[in-house]
Amino acid sequence: MGWFKRSPWVLHYNATSCNGCDIEFIASLTPLYDLERFGIINTGNPKHADILAVTGSVNDKSRQILLNLYEQMPNPKVVVAIGLCAISGCVFQDCYNVLGGVDKVLPVDVYVPGCAARPESIIDGILKACEILDDKDRQRRKSG
Amino acid sequence: MKGFHLMFMSWGMFERALVFVLLAPMLGGLLAGIDRKLSARCQGRYGPPVMQPFYDVFKLFRKERIIVNKFQNFTILLFLAFTVFSGTLFFIGADLLLTIFGLALAGTFFVLAGFCVGSPFSHLGAEREIIQIAAYEPMVILMAVGMYQVTGSFKVADIAQHQVPLILYLPGVFAGFLYILTIKLRKSPFDLSMSHHAHQEIVRGLITEFSGPALAMIEIAHWYETIVILGMVYLFFGFNPVLALVMVTATYLLEIFIDMNYARFRWQLTFGSSWLVTTVVGASNIIVLGLMK
Repeated sequence: MGWFKRSPWVLHYNATSCNGCDIEFIASLTPLYDLERFGIINTGNPKHADILAVTGSVNDKSRQILLNLYEQMPNPKVVVAIGLCAISGCVFQDCYNVLGGVDKVLPVDVYVPGCAARPESIIDGILKACEILDDKDRQRRKSG
Repeated sequence: MKGFHLMFMSWGMFERALVFVLLAPMLGGLLAGIDRKLSARCQGRYGPPVMQPFYDVFKLFRKERIIVNKFQNFTILLFLAFTVFSGTLFFIGADLLLTIFGLALAGTFFVLAGFCVGSPFSHLGAEREIIQIAAYEPMVILMAVGMYQVTGSFKVADIAQHQVPLILYLPGVFAGFLYILTIKLRKSPFDLSMSHHAHQEIVRGLITEFSGPALAMIEIAHWYETIVILGMVYLFFGFNPVLALVMVTATYLLEIFIDMNYARFRWQLTFGSSWLVTTVVGASNIIVLGLMK
């Protein structure tokens, strides 16, 4: 049974986002979209999380924090890059302090495009991530 | 209903213990699921499936085991073990006081689990848990004393089968018990150390360092605890099993209603108000009962 598909807990980290995607991410928790109907919980603790949702491009300051959060999450885990900045750095990619998208630091599994990403696409992206989570769980079991 | 009750009463100690150990987590998890669904509906949301708590726990058992020191999961195991132990004692009809102190011991191990890790959030959560234990424990003991005054026995089996309605003699004790029930069930306004909501906040402090299987065990222990506490509510109405089950359900729904309608209290108000309620309605009820005899 795909238990991960039914109960994905999300950790949200804002790596230099302009708050646009953050607000849309939080909006998907509101009664209109209600993420919890899929069993999704927005947790604040990396040790409880299955999915790391990152908004905004990565710079030198947020790089280490992002790595710390990722390493504290127990396996299996997936990373979702939300919004154009998290995908590529968007208009900030040439800034002197910006490293680029999240995939410069972490292995990203799902990219959710949009500026800002809409709650519908964020939910869709996280549900895609759930399937990857289940695959990773299966592989982990196979390899023992 | 009556038939089921008589069947349960006719079973031996071992069968009852087995039924509790196997059925309590299922029932507790189902109650937690109903709780989450109803809470969501109260907030105008659709809500997760009723089986959601089970999905969460099965998932948590599949996660990687990360520990920060070797005592961490041991204390959680003891927390679960003593919760099951005291619950078993309760449902085989053994001593009520022993059940209460067994639960208190389980709570102590949970606090120790919070203190044995390095995270300051966890320490804060553990301190809040101690405050909560200090807030509710007097009333729980008064409940046992009150039941002894009416029935003349501390044995759960005798109290449950006592034909005089306990609620008529112990209305104050029941009111006080309802008040601290909110703390025990970890509902708002008293969910200071391990809330069901607000996953990003300090009210989840106690379980900061627990992940995967350990977190699942905490959840299962909470299910057992819920059933034991609702069992204590049953005792007040033990003279009529049907009425008792109705009242237990009503109590749980009331707790969900309170949970949805209150903002969180500070620890000072939590502690002060529960001791005030314990003294005013709990202790006075027992004094009056003592004078009547």
